Amino acid sequence: MNYVSETIWLAIGTFLALLGAAFAHDSLFQAHMWVLFFTLLISTILLMRRISFTPPTPAQIAAKQSEYFDEVIRYGTVATMFWGIVGFLVGVVIALQLAFPDLNIEPWFNFGRMRPLHTSGVIFAFGGNALLATSFYVVQRTCRARLFGGNLAWFVFWGYQLFIIMAATGYLLGITQSREYAEPEWYVDIWLTIVWVAYLVVFLGTIIKRREPHIYVANWFYLGFIVTIAMLHVVNNLAIPASFLGVKSYSAFSGVQDALTQWWYGHNAVGFFLTAGFLGMMYYFIPKQVNRPVYSYRLSIIHFWALIFMYIWAGPHHLHYTALPDWAQTLGMVFSIMLWMPSWGGMINGLMTLSGAWDKIRTDPIVRMMIMAVAFYGMATFEGPMMSIKAVNSLSHYTDWTIGHVHSGALGWNGLITFGALYFMVPKLWNRERLYSVRMVNWHFWLATLGIVVYAAVMWVAGVQQGLMWREYDDQGFLVYSFAETVAAMLPYYVLRAIGGGLYLAGALIMAFNITMTILGHQRDEAPIGGSLPKAPSKSPALQPAE
Amino acid sequence: MEFYTAMRHFADSWGLLAMTLFFLGVLVFTLRPGGKASADEAAQIPLKED
Repeated sequence: MNYVSETIWLAIGTFLALLGAAFAHDSLFQAHMWVLFFTLLISTILLMRRISFTPPTPAQIAAKQSEYFDEVIRYGTVATMFWGIVGFLVGVVIALQLAFPDLNIEPWFNFGRMRPLHTSGVIFAFGGNALLATSFYVVQRTCRARLFGGNLAWFVFWGYQLFIIMAATGYLLGITQSREYAEPEWYVDIWLTIVWVAYLVVFLGTIIKRREPHIYVANWFYLGFIVTIAMLHVVNNLAIPASFLGVKSYSAFSGVQDALTQWWYGHNAVGFFLTAGFLGMMYYFIPKQVNRPVYSYRLSIIHFWALIFMYIWAGPHHLHYTALPDWAQTLGMVFSIMLWMPSWGGMINGLMTLSGAWDKIRTDPIVRMMIMAVAFYGMATFEGPMMSIKAVNSLSHYTDWTIGHVHSGALGWNGLITFGALYFMVPKLWNRERLYSVRMVNWHFWLATLGIVVYAAVMWVAGVQQGLMWREYDDQGFLVYSFAETVAAMLPYYVLRAIGGGLYLAGALIMAFNITMTILGHQRDEAPIGGSLPKAPSKSPALQPAE
Repeated sequence: MEFYTAMRHFADSWGLLAMTLFFLGVLVFTLRPGGKASADEAAQIPLKED
């Protein structure tokens, strides 16, 4: 492969980063530019070493034009696994920091800087790479066309990794614009915009050159996710930098408008990044894994449009009882409640895809994982609208209940459906007959599920207790508890939460081992899962299934 | 604020009507008689290869 022009661009970028470090307006920008400089320098050297001057053979050129572009998906799969482990690990660390404050190591590793590292790590690094990899996988196979744009997909992948590195190191250095789930400062935001436009070009270009007349519904969800995230990202990050080579910027909005813009973004990041994109996964990988079409295709179309039309209005429910006008709060609440319908329609559609093949839940741990993901999707989308009701929110807001809710959605729905998709894709991408071990998938399933249940249940109790303690008045109208007392009361819950997260992390480590061994081409010698037909052992060809 | 007011009035009158009609149109089109056959065909797309 020849990447001469790419290498030149990287070298130019490296030089610009050096200039940025030299002429930096403040020390944080200087430090960040040094990070960028060394990252780009190493990338340039690595790419230079891969330049080969032998011209490609005609067979290679033909393969490049006809075959699916799977190499970038393989990288994306490994990146998903890697960032997943990092994100979960940081999550366990910050859970322990809350329980044992001595673990806050100043200045770089205190909770305030580690928390965005965790949230961005799991949402954008783990979830984002999962979405990149699966969307490239799904769009090629359902359009029967190679990815559009040649090496542009490589730019999307590596550009996105650069965004992650710049965001993560920025947080630890203390560079933040303090917008939840959008903490990176203006120059990192501009970079992500460029990468995202390239992503849209690759995805949309592949759809346009498709050889399948119909655009499969999973692609609708992925496209909805890409387009909406572009819009959200640009509007939420409208800001004026204080200096050309400095970190600080000021939002284009002020006061409650700024808050609403932030939560319009924040909630739709949940709705379109963590819901629409992952629904794309659900609508492809569940039918593939159970080998039957989605229960109702027409329901999936209605699911898509209803989700698109309603989600965008739900953001104000994050600002109940604030300076936001009452009508806007009520609007957010009403739309959140209406979201029950498409969410549950989609959940039923996913679950019923198994109708006639329910035994697969017992015999196939990957199906079990996917179905548990959809079940958690249903639970989280039931709990969310309930919490958006103002009366409920007056108890739940600012408490750990919110964190429990987020994690039942993120760990249960996003995590498990991603793991299921990875388990499905890896043997196909690396041409392996099967996974290294199906029994390890079973272990992963139970560790993850137990971890989520512990986490969510503990946070319910913690959150409700917190909310009740905050609003407890004595007969003379004084608050019964000081805030510090409500914090101290949380210790046992925080310890248990860290244990739940630890279980989830342990499951992910098993997955990393299992997938690594699969990639390396090993197969574990193990008994088949109980209740299933013998898995076509190579010794007895008579049992080979016809498919 | 004139611009804001104009946008606001558009959003909760013609804008709202247009979006509602589009959404209802999607529902009617998806559930149209004869739509089931093409939907069933589309549902098979992922199962066609590997």
